[in-house]
Amino acid sequence: MLNLYQLRQQKKDGESGGKSAGSQKRASAAQLRITKDISELNLPKTCKTEFPDEDDLLNFKLIIQPDEGYYKNGRFSFSFKVGPGYPHDAPKVKCETQVYHPNIDLEGNVCLNILREDWKPVLTINSIIYGLQFLFLEPNPEDPLNKEAAEVLQSNKRLFEQNVYKSMRGGYVGNTYFERCLKA
Amino acid sequence: MEDSGSTDWPGRWKHIRRLLERSGPFAHPDFEGSPEILEFMLNNCKVLVIGAGGLGCEILKGLALSGFRNIDVIDMDTVDLSNLNRQFLFRMKDISRDKATVAAEFVNNRVPGCNVIPHFKKIQDYDPSFYRQFHIIICGLDSVIARRWMNGMVLSLLNYEDGVLDPSSIIPMIDGGTEGFKGNARVILPGMTACIDCTLDLFPPQVNFPMCTIAHTPRLPEHCIEYVKVFLWPQEKPFGENVGIDGDDPRHIQWIFEKAQDRADQFNIKGVTYRLTQGVVKRIIPAVASTNAVISAQCVTEAFKLASSCCNPLNNYMVFNDTDGLYTYTYEAEKKEDCPACSQVPQALSFKKDAVLQDLVDHLKNSASLQMREPGITATVNGKNKTLYMQSVEAIRKRTKENLPKRLSELGLTDGQELVVADVTTPNAVIFKLKYEV
Ligand SMILES: Nc1ncnc2c1ncn2[C@@H]1O[C@H](COP(=O)(O)OP(=O)(O)OP(=O)(O)O)[C@@H](O)[C@H]1O
Ligand SMILES: [Mg+2]
Ligand SMILES: [Zn+2]
Repeated sequence: MLNLYQLRQQKKDGESGGKSAGSQKRASAAQLRITKDISELNLPKTCKTEFPDEDDLLNFKLIIQPDEGYYKNGRFSFSFKVGPGYPHDAPKVKCETQVYHPNIDLEGNVCLNILREDWKPVLTINSIIYGLQFLFLEPNPEDPLNKEAAEVLQSNKRLFEQNVYKSMRGGYVGNTYFERCLKA
Repeated sequence: MEDSGSTDWPGRWKHIRRLLERSGPFAHPDFEGSPEILEFMLNNCKVLVIGAGGLGCEILKGLALSGFRNIDVIDMDTVDLSNLNRQFLFRMKDISRDKATVAAEFVNNRVPGCNVIPHFKKIQDYDPSFYRQFHIIICGLDSVIARRWMNGMVLSLLNYEDGVLDPSSIIPMIDGGTEGFKGNARVILPGMTACIDCTLDLFPPQVNFPMCTIAHTPRLPEHCIEYVKVFLWPQEKPFGENVGIDGDDPRHIQWIFEKAQDRADQFNIKGVTYRLTQGVVKRIIPAVASTNAVISAQCVTEAFKLASSCCNPLNNYMVFNDTDGLYTYTYEAEKKEDCPACSQVPQALSFKKDAVLQDLVDHLKNSASLQMREPGITATVNGKNKTLYMQSVEAIRKRTKENLPKRLSELGLTDGQELVVADVTTPNAVIFKLKYEV
């Protein structure tokens, strides 16, 4: 058992205990984990990351450029904000490119189960990136955020394909205007 | 020996002396009673209380009445009307004064000889030199994030000599937590017993409803409120551009409440009320004064046991629940072998004063005991994170490879600096401690 009463001799009047211990607080658990996650990023070739500040691994962007599927040749940007609660809490991810997609709304909210209800601390930044990439290959009309897009996908795949293309080229789908996001 | 200061009256510590000056059936086998122990508690033992809220007020009272006199308290907040029903060191006249100062004044006035020093600060505002002065730290916090921060702090105070923990660098941390009728108290001996991060899965995760349920298929009143919070607020910006939701602003709650009611009507959902709205927005779990009292009493008792060694401390996690009858038990939460926070014994790395970062990277790769492949290295320099070298992301690799020919000292790395190194060869990031050869 730890005997504080005996240790008090070494530590009387609040003198410092371990003198050679660091004078700086250790990196937080979130920082340790994000260092691990980022240094082991293994991205599919359609994805790349951008770090505005290489010293800040907690805030970055992910660019997805699908090479197949409905969204082929589009370029979609997501912002990642990793909070101090990581990996207990999921990072906050928003889509910064306006996209006509059943699981992404026009405000940039993303419906991906592992970002909310199914998040677990064993998941990593890489798992989220794969999840997001999958959304572009297999948009899922069962869990819609953009309900109109989901209905079109379910009822008329041709029309859906055309709408996606229109939106990526820049233009109106229904009443909504989409900025161009095709690869240059 | 009756007199430990001018403020004591005859017999003041009579009952405590009975515990500390003789042995007893519950005393630790090695315990030898002596008047010095009380002297230590009264005059030397420094306790830090974190949070002066529901738990903190009770803890301060308990400590002061148990013979602790050198107490510091940190709280970042001010007194709010809604605190007064249970945070009993505060009165109507104290509203909007800072909690730490009001609590310290109250206890110092009420308990002769007690010297509570207030800090109207965030825990994050202080560095290791501040925390190192205490013998015991007691937390009465209300968030996992703040607990983990304190946990990380007491762990970074640990000192290892050749991989062996120096016990005098251990500051026991007692942590209390309550949620409604449930609570827990635990004793953490950093580096020796389970820490906050070892048992992270004991904390209930935040309830997050699926985005699509909130957006299109709400079933509960909570779904309607979340909808307004997540979707309508950022769209309609009811109080202007860049005005986030303030759970303490009644106008904000009223707006969310009305919109949530509209949505509930639309889907035939009952039960959206103003109170529920406030509860969901602030993620409120009602505070129960008696739970705070029980948990705080346990925390103070543990501090008393640790300071005096008169009895074994709690080993190490007590659960309390009086939702329905009264239920409590204690068990030993296990220290996790691979805990990212406390399994870290910083490994010493010695380099010549003029070594460059490339030397360090080469060492990590070539040393027979490490054999790393592509180590990513970060450090906290002057309180700021710094990425020293990382290869996985092309842009970061380009920018940080310029660091490779630089001297370690040029990069701001001082003697004793901790380095975080991540590599595929280890399951967690590893901490190294830099030593300059002399
Ligand atoms: N990082 C921190 N630094 C300093 N004090 C903190 C920190 N985090 C929380 N606290 C303090 O811990 C206390 C927690 O107590 P508690 O939750 O009972 O009070 P409260 O938040 O005022 O009440 P309620 O949650 O019921 O509104 C608060 O006074 C809060 O200011
Ligand atoms: Mg609180
Ligand atoms: Zn741990």
